[in-house]
Amino acid sequence: MATPETTTAYETTGARASGEPMIRFEEVLKKFGDLTVLENLDFDVAPGERVTLIGPSGSGKTTILRLLMTLETLTGGHIWVDGEPLWHMPKGDKLVPANEKYLRQVRKKIGMVFQQFNLFPNMTVLENVTEAPIRVLGKSRDEANEKGKELLERVGLEAKYEAHPSQLSGGQQQRVAIARALAMEPRVLLLDEVTAALDPELVAGVLNLLREIAETTDITMLIVTHEMHFARDVSHKVMMFDHGQVVEHGPPDKIFTDPDHDRTKAFLHAVIEER
Amino acid sequence: MQDLQFGAWVDDFLAGLWVTVYVTVLAAVAAVVVAFVLGIAVRTRHIVPRTIARIIIELFRGTSLLVQLFWFFYVLPEFGFRFDPLAVAVFAFGLNFGAYGAEVVRGAINAVPTAQWEGSIALNLTPAQRMRRVILPQSIPLMIPPFNNLLIQLLKSTPLIFLIFLNDLTFYSDQYRNSVGNENFIFPLLLVIYFVLSYTFTLFMHVLEARANTRLGRPVERRRIFKYRGPQEEEAVKV
Ligand SMILES: Nc1ncnc2c1ncn2[C@@H]1O[C@H](COP(=O)(O)OP(=O)(O)OP(=O)(O)O)[C@@H](O)[C@H]1O
Ligand SMILES: [Mg+2]
Repeated sequence: MATPETTTAYETTGARASGEPMIRFEEVLKKFGDLTVLENLDFDVAPGERVTLIGPSGSGKTTILRLLMTLETLTGGHIWVDGEPLWHMPKGDKLVPANEKYLRQVRKKIGMVFQQFNLFPNMTVLENVTEAPIRVLGKSRDEANEKGKELLERVGLEAKYEAHPSQLSGGQQQRVAIARALAMEPRVLLLDEVTAALDPELVAGVLNLLREIAETTDITMLIVTHEMHFARDVSHKVMMFDHGQVVEHGPPDKIFTDPDHDRTKAFLHAVIEER
Repeated sequence: MQDLQFGAWVDDFLAGLWVTVYVTVLAAVAAVVVAFVLGIAVRTRHIVPRTIARIIIELFRGTSLLVQLFWFFYVLPEFGFRFDPLAVAVFAFGLNFGAYGAEVVRGAINAVPTAQWEGSIALNLTPAQRMRRVILPQSIPLMIPPFNNLLIQLLKSTPLIFLIFLNDLTFYSDQYRNSVGNENFIFPLLLVIYFVLSYTFTLFMHVLEARANTRLGRPVERRRIFKYRGPQEEEAVKV
């Protein structure tokens, strides 16, 4: 794995000032080989804020979430989560590339739900939800089971504790994945096109569940979706991306009804056409 | 009809059969341990264990089992390492078949979709937990068919141990042929015994595979366990 380069620490202390953002991207650079996907990318997400990322295919939305989940390595710049550098760890007055131990410390705050669910087929539904709380958070099995059942009930799967993921519909699997992510009590939840792999009739149920979670928790959310109604309902802010840059951002009402940029207009037009 | 004189040999045959079976089983257990250690080591990011594992794998796959047996039995004592023949057999067979098995383990681990690794990273499992709790349980069902092939090859290689003075089934059959001279009786018998042994091992492996699959929520019909499967089907994992 390529690791980010050592840089002088705290040359930019913005993220540590008062009113700290939950997430800060600072001159983020991400390359895959020769292909530059994100360049000079700066944005902040406040604690509890729900931000939807929109933009054409290949604009780098997934890459942003994967960088935050530490599934991709950072090529340059900094990402801060709750005031701590995600990919770098302080050493003396320098920031050096983070090691696994440090990454695990910061990663505690972040959870992710994937397009393809990524449930573990070797575990039952309940085990999927309790595995990490037991192993990572050090909860007792009883405590984890109780919390796990509560979460599964909340996502409408109280009858399926002992089922295997393969015995569930896509919509049910995605609900388990959502419960599993919530069981880790993340401060930040990353949702990457979580309904894109679902049959159309199952989409609404999952979106309603997410709406309910958005209303009843103060988890910071970064959402990538093509479901514009949903984005409008749940997000405080919409960011339009193109070529790894923020084209414009603003409240959903503004972006969806009266965007400033032609590229946003064209994109929204294309998405609505397609529906 | 010629007197087979088999009655006098039955005890020897049973003793030989027992040696064949327990050398096979002990060596198989050793090979599985070696296969997992090498197969996991060869995938790590750390260059030292990776290189050592790669060297051991290539060394033991690239030289013949016969030479390895001799080496452990005759050469190592020169350096002051003396083992009894059974230990040498288990050691040599374990390393040789373990080296092949390591490639099976590596291939099966690589066959688990990246999404499973990513799911376990997103839940903040440690690297060891990712492997033990998520990846290995999913890769083991993939390992069993190629492991079964290796097990049968192992069984069929055990006659080599007469070279280090272990008297197995084949050894006694040969003795019998030399002294009674009835090869038309003894070799077909030997053939049948080896076939029955290997088929027993195969059935056992099918049961293991079915259980591993059931744990993945893919229950296997009982019928499938006894069903004959062609060699292509057994080669489920490309290594
Ligand atoms: N592992 C990788 N190796 C090489 N290139 C990659 C890799 N992952 C992503 N890319 C490239 O990076 C660019 C951004 O991809 P990304 O998946 O972030 O886009 P996206 O905005 O999520 O698109 P979509 O709406 O289609 O999901 C694309 O050009 C893609 O081909
Ligand atoms: Mg994407």
